[in-house]
Amino acid sequence: MSSTASTQTQQNAQSLTLVEAIQDGLYTEMAQDDSVVVLGEDVGKNGGVFRATDQLYEEFGEDRVIDTPLAEAGIIGASIGLAQTGMKPVPEMQFMGFMYPAFDQIVSHAARLRSRSQGQYSVPMVIRAPYGGGIRAPEHHSESKEAFFVHEPGLKVVSPSTPYDAKGLLAASIHDPDPVIFLEPKLIYRAFREDVPTKPYEVSLNEAAIRREGSDISVYTWGAMTRPALIAAENLHQSHDIDVEVIDLRTLSPLDIETITESFKKTGRAAIVHEAPKTGGLGAEIATTIQEEALVHQEAPIKRIAGFDAPMPLHSLEDYYLPQAVRIQDGIRETVDF
Amino acid sequence: MNMKNEAGSKDVPAAVREDSELVQILDAEGNVLPQASVPDISDRQLLELYETIKLARHFDQRAISFQRQGRLATYAPMTGQEGSQVATSLALAEQDWLFPTYREHAAKYAHGMDLVSLFEPLRGYRDGYAIPDDVNVMPEYIPIATQVPQAMGMAWGHKLQGKTDTAVLCHLGDGATSEGDFHEGLNFAGVFDVPAVFVCNNNQWAISVPRERQTASETIAEKAQAYGIDGVRVDGLDPLAVYKVASEALAKARNPGPGERRPTLIESVQYRFGAHTTADDPSVYRDESEEEAWRDRDPVDRIETYLYNEGILDSALESEIQDSIEQEVSEAIETAEQTEASPDNIVEHVYEDVPARLEEQRDELNRLREKYDEGAFSEVLE
Ligand SMILES: Cc1ncc(C[n+]2csc(CCOP(=O)(O)OP(=O)(O)O)c2C)c(N)n1
Repeated sequence: MSSTASTQTQQNAQSLTLVEAIQDGLYTEMAQDDSVVVLGEDVGKNGGVFRATDQLYEEFGEDRVIDTPLAEAGIIGASIGLAQTGMKPVPEMQFMGFMYPAFDQIVSHAARLRSRSQGQYSVPMVIRAPYGGGIRAPEHHSESKEAFFVHEPGLKVVSPSTPYDAKGLLAASIHDPDPVIFLEPKLIYRAFREDVPTKPYEVSLNEAAIRREGSDISVYTWGAMTRPALIAAENLHQSHDIDVEVIDLRTLSPLDIETITESFKKTGRAAIVHEAPKTGGLGAEIATTIQEEALVHQEAPIKRIAGFDAPMPLHSLEDYYLPQAVRIQDGIRETVDF
Repeated sequence: MNMKNEAGSKDVPAAVREDSELVQILDAEGNVLPQASVPDISDRQLLELYETIKLARHFDQRAISFQRQGRLATYAPMTGQEGSQVATSLALAEQDWLFPTYREHAAKYAHGMDLVSLFEPLRGYRDGYAIPDDVNVMPEYIPIATQVPQAMGMAWGHKLQGKTDTAVLCHLGDGATSEGDFHEGLNFAGVFDVPAVFVCNNNQWAISVPRERQTASETIAEKAQAYGIDGVRVDGLDPLAVYKVASEALAKARNPGPGERRPTLIESVQYRFGAHTTADDPSVYRDESEEEAWRDRDPVDRIETYLYNEGILDSALESEIQDSIEQEVSEAIETAEQTEASPDNIVEHVYEDVPARLEEQRDELNRLREKYDEGAFSEVLE
């Protein structure tokens, strides 16, 4: 079914990239449930500009994999309406930087139809959007503005960092009764492969993942930044014997506060790594949560290693904007040596 | 102004053939159509039109090949659309304003931007978005249709200040007509009767989605009616017809006749010969034969034939023009390739003054740059 699956290590798993795992996840859900429909710009015949919906049009036809007019507000508003009829829309926003025309529909309506109607109506849908920098893209194609959506009650916000999680979190999002913003880190769409079960499975929307255990400091991150955080952790382990715990949040809203604080209670130090601008970013929320929940365990100031409070530069400078392993390492050392 | 379209052959693309109200001056070969009236332009202007269109074609080919060599990032080609871009810009007066999209390289150049600046953003530097004081061009718009209400607003501002000698010309694609911004902008334009001309470059495709899936209305020009403004359909591969239609619309925007409205929506009927961008593969969603029919109406060939027919161009002049174009584009590329930007640029021009917090962020980066070699900064991409 997935057109590019290669090394078949086991019969019940295939080695997939993150974007292939999303395609596989969509396929799996659509095959199981007729009410799931995919809609958006170029998702049909073209299979999506990143090929995330590759082959779905051929497999499920134009009534379930729908090329829409170029209109984000229309796509999301229509999806809200579709959801009222019992369908399960999975709209794609071609890039996160082009979601803004739909912002009103998302925050004024998708997020609050449930509370507005006192539980009478709901909007079960999954809005997929590639996000983040590092792929030499033109202006507006590298946005990482998850905080906008995390700030809106009524929405769930998810961002996978591995192919396995991508398929499992997508399934959980599609099965979720509330609107989910599913942010796909496009920098790692094709960066590596991982075994992904062919059968349906879920990764819970309530649990952060501990990607590396450690006792000296907790590093909180998600999406594409998980990799440089892990590289930094490994480097520090070898060079300075610093034991870094790396936590991949996976679901950004609601946050898994228990995993976040339990880790901090163990290490007493924290750094948060995100590529979004520092000010008002999710890092601020995590730092404050830690202080509210576990202040007495704190041994050093909490460090944010983030993008600049400036628009993402064009590609010649984007490497300087994104938190790289060296910047993460330095930030961690500063905190540990405090 | 409008005339019945003469062409009836089955090789003519449907969007042109089925048009009852398509303004055309040249036939597919470049001969003047029987009832057509050629706009009143000097031979020098005609040559300028030709030279700029030729330059645009050459620029486009070079840009595509540089992108393939990894010397430019994603590029949006304009082959097939140069005639309309150049003709609309040459119809502008110097004081008029241009609102371009990411595809209007030639329109920008023809209204005063230099070639180097067109290459710079493609090389990853914002420098090229900087507009010289004496050039009335907005930086290119990438989010679709967002320029439409803004262009309207600028035209409105001019009108409110009594400056109706300045018109605003705004480009958009056929896909853009689906966005709310398009409708809001045109509605305002009609209500406030502003000196603006909106040019919809209907190249039949919004990435993989055909024009028929953007709108169920028969033409894009007819949408103007709903906003109480004028709508005109023109053969966008016929530079003379585009020049005529744009000049008339701009003249009317500045100085409408009795009962006339200032704004116009021009539907410039064209075709995107190549890929949407260098990251796109059109063979996935469209048939090559469709392209061939449009290729027969190539704007470069048509204007060339016209100029030969008129005795304005001969082969000696043609090759002289070609040589100078090639040199100009090579020089621009060379200069653009020397552009460099310091990482300090990240914090510049976000506000008039760099806020303290942003300065701290820059200083932190500079400390790291002193400590580690530059290669360390690309690690996140690996
Ligand atoms: C608001 C918004 N949504 C999506 C995109 C992604 N995108 C870039 S170009 C394009 C198609 C545009 O088609 P059209 O308006 O016909 O212009 P053309 O590219 O054909 O010149 C899309 C969907 C965008 N740039 N902005």
